[in-house]
Amino acid sequence: MNINQIDNVIREGSFQLFEGDFTNAGAASSELKNVLKEIGVDENVIRRASIAAFEAEMNVIIHGVAGTLFYSITKEEIRITVTDIGPGIPDINLAMQEGYSTAPDWVREMGWGAGMGLPNIKKNADSFTIDTVLGEGTTLEIKFYLKYFPLPKVD
Amino acid sequence: MKLSEIIEIVSAIVINEGKGTSIEIVSVCGTDMMSDALRYAIKDAMLITSLNQPQVIRTAEIVDIPAVLVVLGKPIPYDMANLAKEKNIALISTKYSLFTSCGILYQHGIRSCLEHQSNR
Ligand SMILES: Nc1ncnc2c1ncn2[C@@H]1O[C@H](COP(=O)(O)OP(=O)(O)O)[C@@H](O)[C@H]1O
Ligand SMILES: [Mg+2]
Repeated sequence: MNINQIDNVIREGSFQLFEGDFTNAGAASSELKNVLKEIGVDENVIRRASIAAFEAEMNVIIHGVAGTLFYSITKEEIRITVTDIGPGIPDINLAMQEGYSTAPDWVREMGWGAGMGLPNIKKNADSFTIDTVLGEGTTLEIKFYLKYFPLPKVD
Repeated sequence: MKLSEIIEIVSAIVINEGKGTSIEIVSVCGTDMMSDALRYAIKDAMLITSLNQPQVIRTAEIVDIPAVLVVLGKPIPYDMANLAKEKNIALISTKYSLFTSCGILYQHGIRSCLEHQSNR
C-alpha cells in the first residue's frame, strides 16, 4: 500500500470471526452495508459487496476455525479481506463449483452449506482471489471498483 | 400485492410489522438455503422459509428483503424476532406448509423472484 492509497481511505474496519458463532453471523456484513449506505455508494455495488462479504464471513464461521474480516473503502474501491486459520481448501476448482459443499448436516439444518458461497462471491466481485495453504488457513481478497462519486442520501 | 393482503390470504400472524403492511411485495423467494436467497433473491421480494433462525433476518437485510414468512407455524425465537425489529423487517408466521403457502400466493398472481424481470 503506497502513501496515496493510505491518504485515500474513507473508512475501514475489522471484525473477529469464530467457527460456530452463529449468533453474530452476519454482523460484520451488516455493518459494512450500513457504512456503504452512509457514504452513499451506488446501490448495485452495495448489494454486491454485502452479499460477497456475508458469504465470506459465513465461510469462516462454518469452515474456518477463526479469522478476521477487514474492509477498507477508498475513493476508487472497496476491498474486503477475509483471513482465517482454518484447514485451508484442498481443491479450489472443486470448491468454486456451484453445489459443492463439505458442510456437515447440522450446518445445513441452519440454512447454510448449499455450496453456493464461493461461486456467488466470484459472480458479485469485480476482482476475487483465494490464497489457501493446507493446515494453515485461507485468505480471500474481494474488490469492488467504484465508478461513481459517492452521494450521501439526505432524508 | 400488498403485504396486508398476503397476511390475510395465508392467515398469518404478525410478529413484527417492519416498514408497515402496506408495502408492495413484487415476488417471492421460497427456500431454506440462505445461500440460495443470497444468489437468487431480488430487492423487495418476500422470503418464505421454514427456517426459524436469526440468520434468516441477516440474509433478508443483506439482499433488501422487506418481509419474511415463516411456515409450518414454527416457533419464532426471541433473538430472531428482536433482530427483525432492529432491522425493520416484517416477520410473519403461517401454519401452512412451504408448498401450500407458495401455492396460495401463486394462485393470487405472485411469482418467483427468478421469473421476475428485474432478476439479472
Ligand atoms: N474458509 C474456508 N476454509 C476451509 N474450507 C473452505 C473455506 N471456504 C470454503 N471452503 C470449502 O469450500 C466449499 C465450498 O464453499 P462455499 O461455496 O462457500 O459453499 P458452502 O460454504 O455452502 O459449503 C466448502 O464446503 C468448504 O469445503
Ligand atoms: Mg459458504
